[in-house]
Amino acid sequence: MSILKKEIGVEKQIDEFLDQVARSGLIFSQGAESYLKGDTSDFKRKLEEIKEVEHTGDDLKRSIQLYLYAKTLIPESISDVMQLIEDMDSLLDRFKGALWRMEIENMEIDKEFHQDFLHLIKAVAESVEAIVRSSRAFFKNIDAVRDHLDKVYYWETEADKISTRLQMAIFRKEDLRLSHRMLQRELARHLDKIADRAEDVADRLNIYVIKRSL
Amino acid sequence: MFGFLSSGLFLGWSLGANDASNVFGTAVSSRMIKFRTAAIYCSIFVILGAVISGAGASHTLGKLGAVNAVAGAFIVAFAAAMSVYLMTLARFPVSTSQAIVGAIIGWNMFSGSITDMSSLTKIVSTWIFCPLLSMGISMPLYLLTSVVIRKFSIHMFKLDKLTRWSLLGAGIFGSYSLGANNIANVMGVFVPVANLGTISFLGMTFSAAQQLFFLGGIAIAVGVFTFSKRVMLTVGKGIFDLSPVMAAVVVWSHSIVLFLFSSVALESWLKGHGLPSLPLVPVSSSQAIVGAVIGIGLLKGGKSIRWKTVAGITSGWITTPIIAALISLISLFFLQNVFQQNTFRHVEFNLDNDAMTRIEQAGVDIEQLQPLMWQDFPNAVAFKDAVVGVAQLDKKSLQTVIEAAEIDQFEISANTLKKLKIEFMTPGQTEALKALDGKVFSHRWQFNDALVEQSLEFQSKEKKSAANDHLSSLLMQLYNKFRI
Repeated sequence: MSILKKEIGVEKQIDEFLDQVARSGLIFSQGAESYLKGDTSDFKRKLEEIKEVEHTGDDLKRSIQLYLYAKTLIPESISDVMQLIEDMDSLLDRFKGALWRMEIENMEIDKEFHQDFLHLIKAVAESVEAIVRSSRAFFKNIDAVRDHLDKVYYWETEADKISTRLQMAIFRKEDLRLSHRMLQRELARHLDKIADRAEDVADRLNIYVIKRSL
Repeated sequence: MFGFLSSGLFLGWSLGANDASNVFGTAVSSRMIKFRTAAIYCSIFVILGAVISGAGASHTLGKLGAVNAVAGAFIVAFAAAMSVYLMTLARFPVSTSQAIVGAIIGWNMFSGSITDMSSLTKIVSTWIFCPLLSMGISMPLYLLTSVVIRKFSIHMFKLDKLTRWSLLGAGIFGSYSLGANNIANVMGVFVPVANLGTISFLGMTFSAAQQLFFLGGIAIAVGVFTFSKRVMLTVGKGIFDLSPVMAAVVVWSHSIVLFLFSSVALESWLKGHGLPSLPLVPVSSSQAIVGAVIGIGLLKGGKSIRWKTVAGITSGWITTPIIAALISLISLFFLQNVFQQNTFRHVEFNLDNDAMTRIEQAGVDIEQLQPLMWQDFPNAVAFKDAVVGVAQLDKKSLQTVIEAAEIDQFEISANTLKKLKIEFMTPGQTEALKALDGKVFSHRWQFNDALVEQSLEFQSKEKKSAANDHLSSLLMQLYNKFRI
C-alpha cells in the first residue's frame, strides 16, 4: 500500500509542477502588462513571484525525476516523461527570462506598439497554457491530448503573425534609433520563441501519444 | 531410482530455464517486475500447479504409450531433454511437449508397443489449435482492456501500477498452469514405473504421481532460479515491441490457454453442462505466447508479425518429435544391448479361454478370432497385425481384444502379502487382498475383477476424481508387488 501512496504522491507532484508552469504564464502576462503600463512596483512584484515559482518548479522537477528513476516507474515511458518535464521547465525559464530581459534592458516601448505587444503576450501565454493542458491529458486521458495540441498550434501561428507584424512596424517607423529598434525587435522575437518552443514540445508530445496509444 | 529420475529432473530444469521466460520474461525484461520476485512466485506456483493439477495432462500422455520399465523412462526423458537442448543450440523454437511425444513414440517402436493413434492425433491437433486459441483469446482481451482504459481515463501511474499487478497475476496464473500442464512432460513417463508409495503429510495424502510431480516441480524451480534470467532478458525483448499493457494481455492469454488444456475440474464442468471441452494435453507455452502476440499484431494491422517465427513453430511440429524419436531409439538400443539394462518389460499376448470369454462378454464376435487362439505373440504390434489380418473389427472392439489378450501374470502369495506395507489401503481393501491368497492371474483385468469382486472399494468411480487417482496409484503398486 505504501508504494501506491507514494505513486499518488508522484502524480500529485507532477500536477503541482504543471501548476507552476501554468502560473508562470499568468505571472508573465501580468508582469509584462505592468511593464508596458509603467507600473514598476507591480512589475517588481511579479518578478519576485516568478522567481519563487521557478524555484518551486525546479524542486518539484528534481524530486519527480529522482523518484521515477529510483522506483523504475513507467519503464516504457520514463524517458518521454523526463523529456516532457524538462521541456516544460524550460518554458517556465523562458517566461522568467523574458521578464528579466525587460528589467535588465529597461527599454522604452513605443506607445503605438503596445497593443501588438499585448496581443503577442496573450498568444504566447495561451500557447503555453494549451501545452500544459496537453501534458495533463497525456498523464490522465491520452485521447484528449490531440484536442489541446491543436490549440498550441493555433496560438503559435497567431504569435508568429503578430511578431512578424510587430517587427515590420518597428523597422518601418521613422525617427527611431537603430539601437532602440533592435531592442524592441529582440523582445518581440524572445516572446515569439516561447510559443515556438511550446510548438516543439507539442510535436514531441504527439509522438509520445502515438507510442503510448493502445 | 533417483539415478534414473535424473534425466527427468534435467528435462524439468531445462523447462524451468526456458519456459519460465514465457511467463515472466516480458515483465522482467521491461523492468516492471524484479527477477527475484518473478523467480520466487514462479517457483512456488509451478510446484503447486504440478502437484495439485498435474494429473490431467499426464493421463493423455500415458495413453500415447505406457513406458513400463524405469530404464526406458530414463531414456525417454533423456531423449526429450537432449532434443530440447540440441534444438535450443540450433536456435529453433522448441517445445518439451513435442520432444516427449517423439521420445515416447521412439520407445513404442523399440519395444513393439502400439502407438495409440487417436491420442497422437489428439495431441498433434492440439499443437496447431493451441496458438490459434491463444490468438483468439488475446484479440478480444486486448480490445476489452483498451476500452476499459479509455473509458475510465486511468492515470499513467495508476495504469503502470495496475499493469504491474496484472503482469504479476498473469505470471502467477501462468506459472500454475505451466506446472499443471507441462509437468506431464517432465515426470509423466516415470509415473507407471516409479515404485513409490502414498505418503501423508500434514493430514494430506500424496500419491506416487504427486510426489514425482513435486520433484519435477522443484527441478523446474531450480531451472528458473539458475538459468532463466538470461533467457527472460533475451526472449522478453525478442517478442516484445509491445507495451506492458499488451504484454500483460499476452501472458494472460497464454495462461488461460495452458489452464484450459490442463484443468480436470474445468473439463468435467464443461462436460457436465453439455459444453465442448478441450483434451487435457501438454501444450507448448512458447507457442501459446507467440499465438497471443500474433493476435495483437493482427489487431495492429499485421506489421509486427514475425512470419519467420511462425514458420519456425510450424517446422518445430515436425522436426522436434522426429529428432526426439531418433535419439530415443538410438539410446534405447545402446542401453539395452551395450549396458544390458531392461528398457522395457516384454508384454506378450495370447488369446486363451479367459480372454476369449471376456471378449465375448464385451459383445465382440469371437468366431473370427478362433485361428489366433492359444498362439503366443511377442508384442502388441505383432498381435494387433495378426488380429487385423483375420478379423474385421472396429476401433473399440480391437482395443477390447488387445486388452483382454495382454499377458500380465500375478501371484498373490502369503509371503508377499506379509511384506506388503500399504498404509493407505482401507481395512476392506486389505481383507479383499488377503482373500485372494494363493491365487494366480494371467491377465491384469482378471486381477482387477477379482479385487472388485472381493471389495467394491477397488471399483473406480465413473467421474474423474482424486479418489480415482489414489486408487490407480494403489493398483499400480499392487501390480508391481505381485507381478511374476
